[in-house]
Amino acid sequence: MKQFLVFVRKEFYHIFRDVRTVMILLLMPIVQIILFGFALSNEVKDVKIAIFDPSKDQATQIITERIAASKYFNVVKMISGNDEIESLLQSGKVNIVLVYSERFYENLLHTGDAQIQLITDGTDPNIANAVTRYATAIILTCQQELLSKQFPQASQMSVSQGINIVPEVRLLYNPQMESSYNFVPGVMGLILMLICAMMTSISIVREKEVGTMEVLLVSPMRPIYIIIAKAVPYFVLSLVNLTTILLLSVFVLGVPISGSLFWLVFISLIFILVALSIGLLISTLVDTQVAAMLISGMVFMMPTMVLSGMIFPVENMPWILRLITNFIPAKWYIMAVKKLMIQGLSIDSAFLELSVLCTMATVFIVISLKMFKKRLA
Amino acid sequence: MEVKEQHREQVIKVDNLTKKFGNFTAVDHISFEVYRGEVFGFLGANGAGKTTAMRMLCGLSKPTSGKGSVAGFDIEKESEKVKANIGYMSQKFSLYDDLKVWENFRLFGGIYGLKDKEISFKTDEILTQLGFENEKNTIVKLLPLGWKQKLAFSVAIFHEPKIVFLDEPTGGVDPVTRRQFWELIYQAADRGITVFVTTHYMDEAEYCNRVSIMVDGRIDALDSPGNLKVQFNAKNMDEVFLRLARGASRSAD
Repeated sequence: MKQFLVFVRKEFYHIFRDVRTVMILLLMPIVQIILFGFALSNEVKDVKIAIFDPSKDQATQIITERIAASKYFNVVKMISGNDEIESLLQSGKVNIVLVYSERFYENLLHTGDAQIQLITDGTDPNIANAVTRYATAIILTCQQELLSKQFPQASQMSVSQGINIVPEVRLLYNPQMESSYNFVPGVMGLILMLICAMMTSISIVREKEVGTMEVLLVSPMRPIYIIIAKAVPYFVLSLVNLTTILLLSVFVLGVPISGSLFWLVFISLIFILVALSIGLLISTLVDTQVAAMLISGMVFMMPTMVLSGMIFPVENMPWILRLITNFIPAKWYIMAVKKLMIQGLSIDSAFLELSVLCTMATVFIVISLKMFKKRLA
Repeated sequence: MEVKEQHREQVIKVDNLTKKFGNFTAVDHISFEVYRGEVFGFLGANGAGKTTAMRMLCGLSKPTSGKGSVAGFDIEKESEKVKANIGYMSQKFSLYDDLKVWENFRLFGGIYGLKDKEISFKTDEILTQLGFENEKNTIVKLLPLGWKQKLAFSVAIFHEPKIVFLDEPTGGVDPVTRRQFWELIYQAADRGITVFVTTHYMDEAEYCNRVSIMVDGRIDALDSPGNLKVQFNAKNMDEVFLRLARGASRSAD
């Protein structure tokens, strides 16, 4: 046991005396959370909007104020003629132009034929779509409020007339469409994979490359303990990172942990085990640190980013890729985290993910230990 | 240890030891004994099978056939006990570059099960002997190669093994440092530690009590450097080596 502790201490020295390793291990999760949480967000904020309001009445004013007050829009210009619209959009000074019909309020009250036109720049369809969605939502709310204020008793009537049937879309679990809800589980999968698989394999292979591994194998310390001792620090560090990520996502990104923290940590432990055994497997296959880095990067990190559903939805992939995603441990982990953390479901609902991860852990550990023993013979 | 010969204790005994990798016979029925306190030179061209033979003796690889015992333990069945009784220093570097000098001693002392007190006492003692008192807290990386090799040797015999295996320990250092290194080897041998050393330098072969020369997986010569020179009618070990190696069919790797 003392052998073991002495060895684990040495591993911590290796990690903390190498500035690069420390940076990767401790700063990476923070940087990634901030990057994915803020910079790579696919929601659109501060959209530049120009408004053409020929009627300038009570209703248009209310709607305009609402839009100006929303965090999504930034009213940059009130324009006075149709002819300005195109040049504004072309110059990129605005992303969207809102045009009220003439005598807007009057028409709204009497004919029910008040019109609003939204003109957006469609070169980036994602932005255009999102922007239109936000604007429509605001307008519809205003419209309804206006009508019910004006004719409290008539609001039912107008509904029956079919003018104001507002489709109410509710996004469950992520009402604000915050992209961080999607990225946090992804970043968790990515970081844990990176630290456990990549760093562990590099640290084992480094001993082979430098020649110290031979000295250790000649020592009375049993090979299996050498391997476990090398994995311990990375296990501890991934727990630190898990905590960092969860704290950052709850307190900085505002992503709540709706489900059981216990099961979230539990499934993370299983995933860490999978990643550690992958790291061990890589280290038995290669002899240089560069090769270890390339294999863990190309064979494990890339698919983790692309095929785990973290960035691209798995559902949209061709069947052959969808099939491959089943072999990506991070996919199952991310799915489970979404269920346990975001949706707040019980562990029963993540039973499939949990059992797949457990199976993967067992298989990888068995294979890598076999390979490790074979290399020694 | 039961077998006594010439009143000297045999610490390594090898009988028809063979290692095959598929069709290739890396080590071909070698037999020899090494006595306690002896400096035993294990020579051979690259690819002659030295490293494979040494790995089997250290319990790192299992023999295909034949028997061997090291420090009185069977190399095949009792490799764990063998490991506890030997020290090892490889041609590649055996210390951790990013640890301090004393941390290396503590690590290897700990791995071999020494007590903390013993470790710190011995560390100071050894550093004083080497004249490295001021380097106790130095990161190994910053030391010159010759110093590192001396330290690596001290670490290899830190737990007072019966035998220390040195795999080309003096590669890449100047003759003066090599000479100093050999003084350390003699000191260890005087304390009763058997030294089993492979080398490429023929002047070093002259320092050994006995040398064996491997050619194509076999031991073609084994005697004291003096006797070998007589036997092969050679001026120095260089010539002895060249005469034997010329007959090799394997090319160096």
